[in-house]
Amino acid sequence: MKHALREAATPVTAAAGRLLHVDPRRGMLADTHIDALPELFRPGDLLVLNDAATLPASLHGTVRGEPIELRLAGEETDGTWRAVAFGAGDWRTPTESRPPPPSLEPGDVLHLGSGLRARVEALSEVSARLLRIRFETPPERFWTALYLHGRPVQYAYEPLPLPLARVQTPYAARPWASEMPSAGRPLRLELLARIRARGVALASLTHAAGLSSTGDAALDAKLPLPERYEIPASTVRGVTEARRRGGRVVAVGTTVVRALEAAARSGGGDLRPGPGLTDLRIGRGFEPRIVHGLLSGIHARDSSHFELLSAFLPGPFQLLYTLHVITGGYRGHEFGDSTLILG
Amino acid sequence: MELRGTSVIVTGASRGLGAALADALGREGARLVLVSRDQEALGSVVDRIRAQGGEAHAVVADVSAPDSAARVAGTSSALVGPAEVVIHNAGTLGPVPLAALADTSDADFEQALATNLLGPFRLTRALVGSMALRGRGTVVLVSSDAASTPYAGWGAYGVSKAALEQLGRIWNAELSAAGVRFLTVDPGEMDTRMHREAVPEADPATLPRPEQAADRVLALLWEAA
Repeated sequence: MKHALREAATPVTAAAGRLLHVDPRRGMLADTHIDALPELFRPGDLLVLNDAATLPASLHGTVRGEPIELRLAGEETDGTWRAVAFGAGDWRTPTESRPPPPSLEPGDVLHLGSGLRARVEALSEVSARLLRIRFETPPERFWTALYLHGRPVQYAYEPLPLPLARVQTPYAARPWASEMPSAGRPLRLELLARIRARGVALASLTHAAGLSSTGDAALDAKLPLPERYEIPASTVRGVTEARRRGGRVVAVGTTVVRALEAAARSGGGDLRPGPGLTDLRIGRGFEPRIVHGLLSGIHARDSSHFELLSAFLPGPFQLLYTLHVITGGYRGHEFGDSTLILG
Repeated sequence: MELRGTSVIVTGASRGLGAALADALGREGARLVLVSRDQEALGSVVDRIRAQGGEAHAVVADVSAPDSAARVAGTSSALVGPAEVVIHNAGTLGPVPLAALADTSDADFEQALATNLLGPFRLTRALVGSMALRGRGTVVLVSSDAASTPYAGWGAYGVSKAALEQLGRIWNAELSAAGVRFLTVDPGEMDTRMHREAVPEADPATLPRPEQAADRVLALLWEAA
């Protein structure tokens, strides 16, 4: 994913919280503030959040004595992990300028610090940077070592290392996400309480948000890679009840759209609870079956997230939206401003 | 509340009340994540619980370190699922023998606040969002009568515990509507290493055992919705 808007990015310490409300039904774009979010919902609506916590997914180590960085891109159901490998350097260099990893073969052992060892099981045909690895460490030691040695995947526009706590949503639970599901970052507990007090129901699911950038154009074109999700029965009930009372289902983040729409498609139109894996790509022409509206970040026109926004933005709005976010000075990175598309 | 299958984090779990709580919760079938700086002592508590058929995992961490909260919350959630109960039991008296406030250094005062107040604040903050979203959760703060009685020599400790109790009251005001409950517990005097260091003249044989206090905390959890 490219980030044309990131050039204007300011550090995370800057005051955040502008909100661009797009109401496709009334043909309206309105500049407001994230604190005004509760008033943009109607009693009876349902807000669905991704509660995935952000992993310390970046691990530096060596293979045959040469430096390597691994970014964990998701755990498979068989206990292996997908990972994207980089050569020397760190996040200060944009991914597209990072050297490739040392040449790897199945069977190679990666030494990743704190006693973490992983064995390469397979290399992707799309890109030699994409690996399937197996950690040779039992679960308790794996998780404690990962949290000791791993660091969150970091963005080149941030000058200082980000602590893990800074890349979590306020309601993060299971550590499944390779990068922060950032649409939910502005939803402080006080704001969620005001949304609930307005008669809006809240529900959650867990979706393993993947990497946003791999440094390899062929691989970037394949993003998002298949991602796992899990939808609790209570969330399925919440969706059913919201629809029955005429409420709108609003997804917080593109990951929630993908999980809900993938689950509905695999259930033949019925949303079913449980785990799943999705490679669903959502873009222009996609007709959502479950989700009516979307709270998201601000996305540049050439990004995969913009593709997803397009499913909720009727044609004429796409150019208007882009012009508005540029002329309005909206900030388009993980710690930037927000868009609500809801009518 | 039902403790079987419930995910519980206990800090300061390598000895004293924390270890007694871990043993009791393990017997009840809770899924435990035990936190302490002392890897060896923590490992033996975990082994004991597992030997009795319980589930326990060790996370070696210093609750007073600013980066430990995200690490404990994440590791714990990966191992046993999002925490449903957290028991903030880790505490420090500061150097012993206890010193009058006028003789307490900045560093010792700050360390008492870091362990007894900031640590529980940060770990709670890392956990309550998910509890509030799910609409339930229980946070137990282990306090002391030194929070309200001004015992000479217990300055940094007493101040930190008084602040901890107020922290619990304010969390409660902010989050009880979202289903998160904060319980403050004074376990009373017990025969623990901390008590022996603070009151070396006391006869341990006359003191209640930490297991008795642990049972009272479990009774509170059972009563909690």
